[in-house]
Amino acid sequence: MFRSLVLLIIVSSVASTPSVSVGATRIELKSTKVDLPESDRMFPDGQGSDAINNNCLACHSAGMVLNQPAMSREAWTSEVKKMINNYKAPIAPEDVGAIIEYLVSLKGAK
Amino acid sequence: MPEHVASPDLITRRQLLAAATVTSVLLSPMARAQKTIELPLPGGPDTRPITTAFPQKGPMILQRTRPPLLETPFEVFDEGTLTPNDKFYVRWHWAVIPTNIETDKFSLAVHGHVNQSLSLSLQDLLELPSVELIAVNQCSGNSRGFFEPRVSGGEWANGAMGNALWTGVRLKDVLDRAGVKPGAVQVRFKGMDEPVVAEAPRFMKSLDIEHARDGEVMIAYAMNGEQLPLLNGFPLRLVVPGWYATYWVKMVNDIEVLDQPDVNYWSKVAYTIPDTPHASIEPGQTNVRMVPINRMVPRSFVTNLTAGSAVRTEIPVMFRGIAFGGDCGVAKVDVSTDHGKVWRETQLDQSESKYGFRKWETQLTFPVPGEYDVQVRCTNSDGVAQPGIPNWNPAGFMRNVIESIRVAAN
Repeated sequence: MFRSLVLLIIVSSVASTPSVSVGATRIELKSTKVDLPESDRMFPDGQGSDAINNNCLACHSAGMVLNQPAMSREAWTSEVKKMINNYKAPIAPEDVGAIIEYLVSLKGAK
Repeated sequence: MPEHVASPDLITRRQLLAAATVTSVLLSPMARAQKTIELPLPGGPDTRPITTAFPQKGPMILQRTRPPLLETPFEVFDEGTLTPNDKFYVRWHWAVIPTNIETDKFSLAVHGHVNQSLSLSLQDLLELPSVELIAVNQCSGNSRGFFEPRVSGGEWANGAMGNALWTGVRLKDVLDRAGVKPGAVQVRFKGMDEPVVAEAPRFMKSLDIEHARDGEVMIAYAMNGEQLPLLNGFPLRLVVPGWYATYWVKMVNDIEVLDQPDVNYWSKVAYTIPDTPHASIEPGQTNVRMVPINRMVPRSFVTNLTAGSAVRTEIPVMFRGIAFGGDCGVAKVDVSTDHGKVWRETQLDQSESKYGFRKWETQLTFPVPGEYDVQVRCTNSDGVAQPGIPNWNPAGFMRNVIESIRVAAN
């Protein structure tokens, strides 16, 4: 009896792990700490690669851009403007042209 | 595996280091010989790494490292109707994602146009009546990579979807506890993720008040009987059965009842579709009325064979796959081998949930050698069938064209 009481106390002290029984399953919610991987991928060297590396990688990894299909100059321009106007990318005005040129030369529609 | 990541405080630092050493010894040769997959997307690029670098996740197709976009390898869908948590796709908008969630410190705020603001602990939620539901969660842009002409965005193949058993509480019960005031029009949900740039719009989505109180929308604390992987929204995620995943706000910790329609960027500007049949327009078409994306549409897939598979002639060949009705159940799944002249009904497995994946199966016999396009078409219980012509819109949303795989019979 005493032992089971001790056990109970231990269980309830662990009960900062909230749990509930649903049907036959018991669902426990345990504190969770993870590490998310970083990407060290840079844009391939070329005219404007410094501008795109310096301005774009703070918010997203390069793979997002490198996985895009070939698109027209117009489409790349509107993409960069969307990043600035909608998603508030703090791109220095003098770098905007260089980034668009880089994207068109790397992934422009033929 | 999730336990290992989830509770490092239960083992000593020395054990952790030992485990890490063993893991790195075992895994590093494989990690170096990085595997890739061809999706394949029209015009490319279609090569993607297969990554095992993400916590609580097995091998996933890497679409973007940060913020994570991870696609479910398609063969997973042949293994069963429920998508395992460690293989469930991942999609985040902003890069600042909390990586340390302490269950006793987490709280869910309910406020706005209510009688009484609430701050609910996880234990408070676990003490409310629990509900369970199997439902498909599908990214609005699932299959975007197949749009022609191609469009920008996450260049997914067909694996930005999954089906799970969700456990949680009714949103209605939580709203009732706060007491929604007369005049409420929408309910807005915000998660814990934040943009790198402070001025950028926090990710928030809203549902109409009637929808929010329909008794089906839930706040889930479990997925397939376990707590959610962090990347799928631990500790709480909204579940909006039949609606695209953009509404299924992850790591939700803020619920605001609004007495005015939500005009935030993510509700009003992003995630909108042309108000046309199949949300489809001609490339370049302008002056189109746009509306928020909403209910899902039917889809079906072959899962046991892929394009280019070789099959035998003259003997029956088994084809099987999955279908879902979108915002309602599956009525039937048909297949055709003659470009839609004749459709043959397949055998459906029993329904686990009207919102879930449903298995279908059939036998096809190819009389003479040659190439055959095997098409599969779902008709949902509202009588809506997949279209034969792909839709197109600039955001690459809501693809649900009849799928086709070419097999070689010999």
